[in-house]
Amino acid sequence: MQTQAFTVSIYTENNLGLLNRVTSIFLKRHINIDSLTVSESEIPHVHRFTIVVKTNTIQIQKIVLQLEKQVEVIRAYYHKVEETIFQEIALYKISSESLYKGELQDVIKNNYARIVEIEPEFLVVEKNGTYEETKKLYEELIPFGLMQFVRSGRIAVTRPKMLISEILKQ
Amino acid sequence: MEKTLIKEKPTHTEIIPQISGSEAIMRCLIEENAKLIYGYPGGAIMPIYDELYKFKAQIHHVLTRHEQGAIHAAQGFARVTNEVGIVFATSGPGATNLVTGIADAQIDSTPLVCVTGQVPSHLLGSDAFQETDIISISTPVTKWNYQITKASEIPEIFAKAFYIARSGRPGPVLIDVTKDAQFGLLDFEYKKCHAVRSYKPVSKPIAHQLEDAAAMINQAKKPLIVFGQGVILGNAEEEFKSLVEKTGIPSAWTILGLSALPTNHPLNVGMVGMHGNYSPNMLTNQCDVLIAIGMRFDDRVTGSLNTYAKQAKIIHFEIDPAEVNKNVAVDVAVMGNVKHTLHEILPMLNANQHTDWLQEFKRLDKIEFEKVIKNDLKPIGEGLSMGEVIHQINQETDGDAVIVTDVGQHQMVACRYAKFSKSRSNVTSGGLGTMGFALPAALGAKMGVPNREVIAIIGDGGFQMTIQELGTIFQTQAAVKIVVLNNNFLGMVRQWQQLFFDKRYSSTELINPDFVTIAKGYYIPAKKVTQRGELADAVREMLTTKGPYFLEVVVEKEDNVFPMIPSGASVSDIRLS
Repeated sequence: MQTQAFTVSIYTENNLGLLNRVTSIFLKRHINIDSLTVSESEIPHVHRFTIVVKTNTIQIQKIVLQLEKQVEVIRAYYHKVEETIFQEIALYKISSESLYKGELQDVIKNNYARIVEIEPEFLVVEKNGTYEETKKLYEELIPFGLMQFVRSGRIAVTRPKMLISEILKQ
Repeated sequence: MEKTLIKEKPTHTEIIPQISGSEAIMRCLIEENAKLIYGYPGGAIMPIYDELYKFKAQIHHVLTRHEQGAIHAAQGFARVTNEVGIVFATSGPGATNLVTGIADAQIDSTPLVCVTGQVPSHLLGSDAFQETDIISISTPVTKWNYQITKASEIPEIFAKAFYIARSGRPGPVLIDVTKDAQFGLLDFEYKKCHAVRSYKPVSKPIAHQLEDAAAMINQAKKPLIVFGQGVILGNAEEEFKSLVEKTGIPSAWTILGLSALPTNHPLNVGMVGMHGNYSPNMLTNQCDVLIAIGMRFDDRVTGSLNTYAKQAKIIHFEIDPAEVNKNVAVDVAVMGNVKHTLHEILPMLNANQHTDWLQEFKRLDKIEFEKVIKNDLKPIGEGLSMGEVIHQINQETDGDAVIVTDVGQHQMVACRYAKFSKSRSNVTSGGLGTMGFALPAALGAKMGVPNREVIAIIGDGGFQMTIQELGTIFQTQAAVKIVVLNNNFLGMVRQWQQLFFDKRYSSTELINPDFVTIAKGYYIPAKKVTQRGELADAVREMLTTKGPYFLEVVVEKEDNVFPMIPSGASVSDIRLS
């Protein structure tokens, strides 16, 4: 069966140890987590995990049921890439020596990135976008002496509804 | 669950001001009606043991010889009583020694509350003496776990732990309590837990599930029921029996479903799976509707999934949504506690008799009897067979005993041949296959149902994995009858080596000590049987002796367990020799 990327959204209580419990369900099935972010959700005191994994439809359905089985998981969903609107953020630390090279400013402008801080030794560029977009900027910045690079996990909202408030009211 | 709901006790207690966390734990246990604990003390749990000393009139603690013994004993207790088993252990090695039992309870859905001591909270993460991160270690094998670092958390967390352990599909819960939380003070008030907002213990059948299942069952010409422990855990034995008798459907059991329906019931057609009976395995691949009730299609039941009941429509009565379509794709799932769903569906089912279809089972049973059973129960060879020992026990107990088995050949033989008239009488490590389970589990079972005969059937390998619990049996004088079937081999592994590894008996032969001397060293009356002529008298002596008794039976060294579905083969490729 075909492997593809899925975004798993998990609404949970905000309890210590739940991160281990959630990731162990993927580990048990030998599935690598491509990215993981945890934040507050639209509901007070309810947290939301956004996890991106590559697997097949049958496996992801079973995983979501196993996730929902956990006592402190309120509800879990999976979505294909086209069912989500997602972003990642990347930061690039570059040597200030490159600052006045005209091409650098063009690269930043053409990629719709922005400079968030300038210090005597370095400057920091920020870019939001898809993996491909942040990767493209990464490659274009290498010639300017890229000192550090970091990309966040994916955050995503979904086109279909996820009726958490209704579930909690029951 | 039902039991706790109808309990007359008020669900709120008066506030008791400024008691210690340890005393609060005792009071939580009393509120949950827990009277029996298995455990082992150590540094980080000493304040709790100090309170146990003060509460010994209300709470009985059994000191085992190893933490693994404690947790298997609690499992045995829980399995026969339908109550939550309780275990205490200290931090570090005490806690890690519980892990095998926790994993066993998780896979076999046994309700447990395990309480472990932990180093004081200010030392967490410092690699303190006997510190181990038992929360991380136990996470994948617990239904829920929690670390208490403040005394004030104790009542709410314990109430939640008992509720989670026993509700829905039961399972083990671990609470890790730091030493400062045991010493700390709190105003104690106990509120029973009846709900956790993120936790839905029982799914309800959705529209048409029952109607669709009923129509399918009513139209079936060759239906087969396969039932598992869900019938027992749901206390649904009566509902199940009514369904079986009204519909006349042949019913086969998984190893954990054993004893939910009396073994002599005319519609009980035996065990499915790797060493199950010939007829239900063969006919799994001929039935037109397969009705799975409270079972989870374990690979030891299904053999190869590519050829499992492909011709049949499959109906699955199940409490846990994660089990539906996990291994076998089903046509109709009926969600819920089977006690409820079987009760609901019964009026929708037509009374029926499947006489011709049942004859198919009888025909295959005859073949199995001629090729396997006859020689197992009445062997012609000189050496004793495991089957004839079980047969002898059946004759003496008439199916009324609780049979506790370990893991391996003796387990398969005992489950195949032991007779059961009552539910909750078969205690075995099914899912995890934990050698060393039986001796401590039998102790727990005996303490759970002291008026019933409890017989542990154990191999010589597994017996030596928890042999130290003879000490606990001696100290408690629990009247456990211990039968070791000794073939001087790790028999099941040896059987596989013979059949699939060209008889290369790699590390499976055991040179054993004198078990009778060891038992006698623990002041447990003991006997060794080597000849067929001595067996009947020895079994009788065991059962008539008051208190514990140890019986070693030397059996044929290289007997094999048949029938057998080779690993990865189809259920209908079951071998009789």
